[in-house]
Amino acid sequence: MKVERIEFGIVSPEMVKGMSAAKITKTELYDQEGYPIEGGLMDPRLGVIDPGVRCRTCGGNMGECFGHFGFLELTRPVTHVHYSKIVFALLKVFCRKCSRILVDPRDMEKVKGRKLSFKEFVTLSKKKCPYCNTEQKKLKMIKPYTFIEGADTLNAAVVRERLEKITEEDLTLIGIKARPEWLVLTLLPIPPVTVRPSITLETGERSEDDLTHKLVDIVRINDRLKENIDLGAPDFIIEDLWELLQYHISTYFDNELSGVPPARHRSGRVLKTLSQRLKTKEGRFRGNLAGKRVNFSARTVISPDPKIDLDEVGVPKVIAKELTVPVRVNETNIENVKKLVLNGSENWPGANYVIRPDGRRKKITDMNKEEISNELTPGYVVERHLQDNDIVLFNRQPSLHRMSLMGHRVRVMPFKTFRMNLSVTTPYNADFDGDEMNLHVPQTEEAKVEAENLMMVPKHIRSPRFSGPIIGVIRDHITGLYLLTKDDVKLSRKEFTQIIRSIDTTIEMPDKETLTGKELFSLFLPKDLSLEFKSNSGELVVIENGKLVKGVVDKVAMGAESGKLIDKIEKLYGSEVAKKFIYNSARLAIEFLMKGGFSISISDQDLPDAARKEIAEIIEKIRKDVDDINRQYEKGELKLLVGRSPKESLNHMIKTVLRNGLNDVQKVLERHIKDNPTLAMVKSGARGSLVNMVQTAAMVGQEMVMGERIERGYYQRTFPHFKKGTVSLEATGFVSRGFKDGVTPFEFFFDAINSRESLMDKSLKTRHSGYMERRLVGALQDLKVEYDGTVRDSANRIIEFSPGEDGLDPSKIEKVGVDVRTIAKRI
Amino acid sequence: MKEIDITKNDLVPKHTLLNDGEKLELFNQYEITLRQLPRILVNDPVVQNIGGKVGDVVKVVRKSPTAGEALYYRVIVRG
Ligand SMILES: [Mg+2]
Ligand SMILES: [Zn+2]
Ligand SMILES: [Zn+2]
Repeated sequence: MKVERIEFGIVSPEMVKGMSAAKITKTELYDQEGYPIEGGLMDPRLGVIDPGVRCRTCGGNMGECFGHFGFLELTRPVTHVHYSKIVFALLKVFCRKCSRILVDPRDMEKVKGRKLSFKEFVTLSKKKCPYCNTEQKKLKMIKPYTFIEGADTLNAAVVRERLEKITEEDLTLIGIKARPEWLVLTLLPIPPVTVRPSITLETGERSEDDLTHKLVDIVRINDRLKENIDLGAPDFIIEDLWELLQYHISTYFDNELSGVPPARHRSGRVLKTLSQRLKTKEGRFRGNLAGKRVNFSARTVISPDPKIDLDEVGVPKVIAKELTVPVRVNETNIENVKKLVLNGSENWPGANYVIRPDGRRKKITDMNKEEISNELTPGYVVERHLQDNDIVLFNRQPSLHRMSLMGHRVRVMPFKTFRMNLSVTTPYNADFDGDEMNLHVPQTEEAKVEAENLMMVPKHIRSPRFSGPIIGVIRDHITGLYLLTKDDVKLSRKEFTQIIRSIDTTIEMPDKETLTGKELFSLFLPKDLSLEFKSNSGELVVIENGKLVKGVVDKVAMGAESGKLIDKIEKLYGSEVAKKFIYNSARLAIEFLMKGGFSISISDQDLPDAARKEIAEIIEKIRKDVDDINRQYEKGELKLLVGRSPKESLNHMIKTVLRNGLNDVQKVLERHIKDNPTLAMVKSGARGSLVNMVQTAAMVGQEMVMGERIERGYYQRTFPHFKKGTVSLEATGFVSRGFKDGVTPFEFFFDAINSRESLMDKSLKTRHSGYMERRLVGALQDLKVEYDGTVRDSANRIIEFSPGEDGLDPSKIEKVGVDVRTIAKRI
Repeated sequence: MKEIDITKNDLVPKHTLLNDGEKLELFNQYEITLRQLPRILVNDPVVQNIGGKVGDVVKVVRKSPTAGEALYYRVIVRG
């Protein structure tokens, strides 16, 4: 069957009656014996919530019967809170006497053919009815559901009466398909008991659902109202009860209405009514329909482990005992499986359940494990604990790209965190400041094979985003490799033996007394690899036949999201070799760094007096130049830049001077700072930049907000401490000191302005791009590449005849053009 | 004003109408009906230029830096 269209509308009283299985009349729920009363809110015709009982309406038992609606006849009509705004608008548009539309037919003629919004109808409405000339009174709405006309309150009965009189013709005119009087309730649908099941406590006491509590209140007030009317009670009592009925029905729909005290349980707890079930993250839509909980999954904090492989994940023993893999017993594995069963569910590696060939599940306990293990024959399925080398899926939210969910091999470990290799931190965008990750265990052979062939970490070393490696070596690994492969690094036999053997026991030990750092690194390269590229600092790196002959190994060679070496090795030798290479390199870097230790110090940024003098001169020159420009501007002698106003030209020229000044300072710094750990990090690309160093050691420079020098704050000045109209550098956000020397309060504040801007920008940008991503996912999520190579949607319509019009996998294509030189060399 | 032939523009890919035999061949190749094809409006300037009618299938040949020539088929629908 094909769904042609879906129409949303309002339920009419006839429909309420039509879908009902019972009329609710009684206020009590159960009789003396504790059986539900017929006509009460737990009427047996409304469905079954107890096992072993058959439904009075459909005959189904607990799982089969979905429940049936009932209805309550309201003594007096009541406005539906969530529709009161529409009702109010309708009251304003239609005549209070004849219920014709208050818009002049001539006005309608003017806008003929154009669809008007509801608001436009309200503004077009006349004070005097164009049909019966009745003067319209002023209408007011008090928050959720009270309407006031002139000085009188309009009760729901009057409102309904007016809405009933509206002609079909006028309704089509304003584009309403349903009868508007249905917005005022006369019958209240009573939801099935399956929607609001009561819980039987251990004491045998029944505890009712919040909705039932609310409905009891409604039925009770409805009853009292009826009694009072029948007895001919004074009007004010009836009015009060009616108002109370309106309150209860309103809070039944929504218990978070502004201006209405929320209905509470006897204990003082606020009741969760219909709207509260749907709304919010935990509500029906976002919590149950859009997001569901899954079995065979685990979540815990992650922490790093330098000796775990890239495609491994350390799983805590407690989790391994909870997560299971179904194993079908056969002749070959029966002995093994029996052992697992005998271990029970408490001891790892054990098993938690057996499933007999007839489909019956049995929990393995210490009492029955011997019995079960004897009973095992081929055909049984045993749910065994997670074991080493099982394939699992590992995930970190927000899952923004396919590398956010990858396949790993399990390694069961002590303690309570998931352990992972530092290099897979990049694709997951994870760190260890409390990040948690999820783990899923595939349950079928198909799922396992799919995970193994498509999702394992090595298969994701190259990213489809930029056709290069996204997995590489990070932070200290880069620094370590950089320091190791610098010229003049020598290791004694004892040193290099220790390093090599702690990483790989299969590598043949070189027959030499000393080894250079380059030679040591080369041991881990494929023997026939030849490659040339420019390093992070722009120098040539040469690898010939698996030997690093020249240059250093840094971020460009090994870093995540760049990694020229990794890229090449992955392409020439495959992802498993690349994986091993990344692991070995990272280990090598750490082992080498640990020989001497590595730490940075604030004194790395100390400048010699000569440098300080030079910098002071540069700053002096900046001041002078800017003053000159300002003077020229004031005299009107400034040479204007093409397409810029005088003011713009001035700012542009000053900015240029400042930028060049900062560059000059950077050059001084580069000349004077000696080799030190901080500089090693910068040069290797591991962390930090020269700009960071300049800002700490020498000068922060000009603070900018929205790309301009700071000129905001007080009238004609940035602070009340400055003279009005000051144009000096100090007053416009120039910071001439470095963070290490310390900045003045003004400079500090300017920097804070800049910091706040970038912070806001960042958070706004991530939110924006996150939403863009979500919309894109929403639009593309059910597109799939079929076996005939076409891209199709869920209705099997063709979207593209070949994915991306060329059918190429971006993660497998070459990023650069043809490298004729290396090809020629190889030939 | 001078009449401009848009199909001469370099940025407009080549559109051609399929004959009934070619249409059938296309449907068989992808095991589809007319409804499952991507669409193009009758009032699309190129469609008007080549005289396409509702229900016709247009073959679009685009130049592509990666694929050389990229093929695409669209069914003409009411605009
Ligand atoms: Mg974090
Ligand atoms: Zn039933
Ligand atoms: Zn009237």
